[in-house]
Amino acid sequence: MSKGKYGIHGGQYTPETLMNAIIEVEKAYEHYKNDPAFQDELTELLNEYAGRPSRLYFAKKMTADLGGAKIYLKREDLNHTGSHKINNVLGQALLAKKMGKTRLIAETGAGQHGVATATAAALMGFSCEIFMGKEDTDRQALNVFRMRLLGATVHVVTSGTMTLKDAVNETFREWTTRVDDTHYVLGSVMGPHPFPEMVRDFQSVISKEAREQMLQKEGKLPDAVIACVGGGSNAMGAFYNFIPDESVRLIGCEAAGKGVDTEEHAATIARGSLGIFHGMKSYFCQDEYGQIAPVYSISAGLDYPGIGPEHAHLHDSKRAEYVPITDDEAVAAFFYLSRTEGIIPAIESAHAIAYAMVLAPTMSKDQIIIVNVSGRGDKDVAAIARYKGENIHE
Amino acid sequence: MSNPNKVNQISKIFADQKAFIAFLTAGDPSLDKTEEFILAMADAGADLIEIGIPFSDPIAEGPVIEAANERALQVGTTTDKIFAMVRRIRAKTAIPLVFLTYMNPIFVYGGERFFATCEEVGINGVIIPDLPFEEKGEIRELAGSHGLDLITLIAPTSQDRIQMLARDATGFIYLVSSLGVTGVRSEIKTDLAAIIADIRQVSKTPVAVGFGIATPEQATTISKLADGVIVGSAIVRIIAEHGPAATPILSDYVRRMKAALV
Ligand SMILES: Cc1ncc(COP(=O)(O)O)c(C=O)c1O
Repeated sequence: MSKGKYGIHGGQYTPETLMNAIIEVEKAYEHYKNDPAFQDELTELLNEYAGRPSRLYFAKKMTADLGGAKIYLKREDLNHTGSHKINNVLGQALLAKKMGKTRLIAETGAGQHGVATATAAALMGFSCEIFMGKEDTDRQALNVFRMRLLGATVHVVTSGTMTLKDAVNETFREWTTRVDDTHYVLGSVMGPHPFPEMVRDFQSVISKEAREQMLQKEGKLPDAVIACVGGGSNAMGAFYNFIPDESVRLIGCEAAGKGVDTEEHAATIARGSLGIFHGMKSYFCQDEYGQIAPVYSISAGLDYPGIGPEHAHLHDSKRAEYVPITDDEAVAAFFYLSRTEGIIPAIESAHAIAYAMVLAPTMSKDQIIIVNVSGRGDKDVAAIARYKGENIHE
Repeated sequence: MSNPNKVNQISKIFADQKAFIAFLTAGDPSLDKTEEFILAMADAGADLIEIGIPFSDPIAEGPVIEAANERALQVGTTTDKIFAMVRRIRAKTAIPLVFLTYMNPIFVYGGERFFATCEEVGINGVIIPDLPFEEKGEIRELAGSHGLDLITLIAPTSQDRIQMLARDATGFIYLVSSLGVTGVRSEIKTDLAAIIADIRQVSKTPVAVGFGIATPEQATTISKLADGVIVGSAIVRIIAEHGPAATPILSDYVRRMKAALV
């Protein structure tokens, strides 16, 4: 029987060599997710180590400037290691510990998931190996050094398009060579079951907090929640507890790169089609023969040709909307938030800010938007300078 | 389900001998050359040919076959062009042919359309590394309804799953010799005899061992345990090194490997 289905999406399309490893993760997760001691230990880590709960900040100047809906920023950028990725990593690392694993491996695009994994490995005493495409080690050089500083080995992936998808391929290959002592800390709500569900659960702390914080601050629910979507983990986390609240619009922002009418984008919902890849049935950018397309975005974290299966289902059922945001729009938003609120967002998160800038002015002043600021932008400063034609050294 | 009255073209090759199974990637370096290589290997004594339909992201492959996939796609190889090549080959040889590819190329082509075309051009089976037992339902039915075997893979990590997997295997069982991806290995450490004994308790389907086998010595050792030997990376490496001129070297290699089976 096929497991981990979201409508027609999801599943467990994994080589036989990995099936027992994946079933082991599935069983461990089924057990520990209902274990109060495990949940307490995780909450303790999230609060005392990662700095949760993250703030829900009222962006007063941005709201006034845009002249429409009130804008609140969910500050995942303030978490330890600088992004939402730590939420999932602490959960999976703790689970791996309970499973008796001693080694963590992970893919990374922007390097935030790699940094978070290397951090948890240092904290909990795992050895750690990170796989990152050569394109990304070039454009996110700072994070490569951070991972090494934390004691991880970084493998530069030179196959295929040398970006996130290829890093995922390589991490799966590594896992097939060594399953006994190794857990693969998948970084987004993708891959074979149980990863999409487990990562979503670990990230759903974002919307659990945001919902409570909003009710406390405003006494009502927001009208829209906006988040950027690569694989979709920060967005799933930001959406999850609002799914039953039908009045709340859920909006995912995909990377449109140089435009959805060009060949250079990573807009899976806008331009992709149904496929089966990386362990899951979902939407992918691909050609008529099912060859996965080389995708492009200025943002290494959104530069992925697929989307998690639960998002694919939220799209099918029309519960969530997905909009494409270009490089230019994201870079403009990167500058805008920096100068308007003194918050430098990750270039990934800037895709969500960009859509809030479009949407807020069309809404009334008594309406509310939550934008998930999935990470901070320090890692992107040098690349954005280059984009603007300035050559600064990191 | 396949027609039980029809002699299974794949199982037949194991009937009175140990089988040598050769893998290559279609379109590397060109489909004309792939056709020539297949016919030469069949002449040299190969009993079955696995034809890889190249995929952009072959996650079960090591660097040698991965590079072959990239080369094949670079020269514009497509599923339709491969079907056309198989049609030409079928006019010249009856050797059983099996496709190896990933779920996405089949799914996107359209399962029914893919398997109907396989049947029409004369493909006998299909191996899909990223289709585990739990997900195979629909694909197995489609393959069966067009007379193709969906080849079962069993890995060193399959353990408690071995008998569940073996029980409904048809054609042959592909026993993966080692952990990890495809690629030539100097040593094979898995206790293959124990896995084969497990399989034998529930299934009469022939067992062929692959992943990492390159030399006649390894082929001899493995053939003492199993019904057949599968070689991929070593063949693809010859093609990578010699390109369009690989034909005589492949013939010689296949002849030596087949002779080494006992
Ligand atoms: C700050 C930040 N936001 C978003 C993402 C995209 O991932 P996801 O869609 O899983 O949230 C990344 C990935 O690297 C990231 O670093």
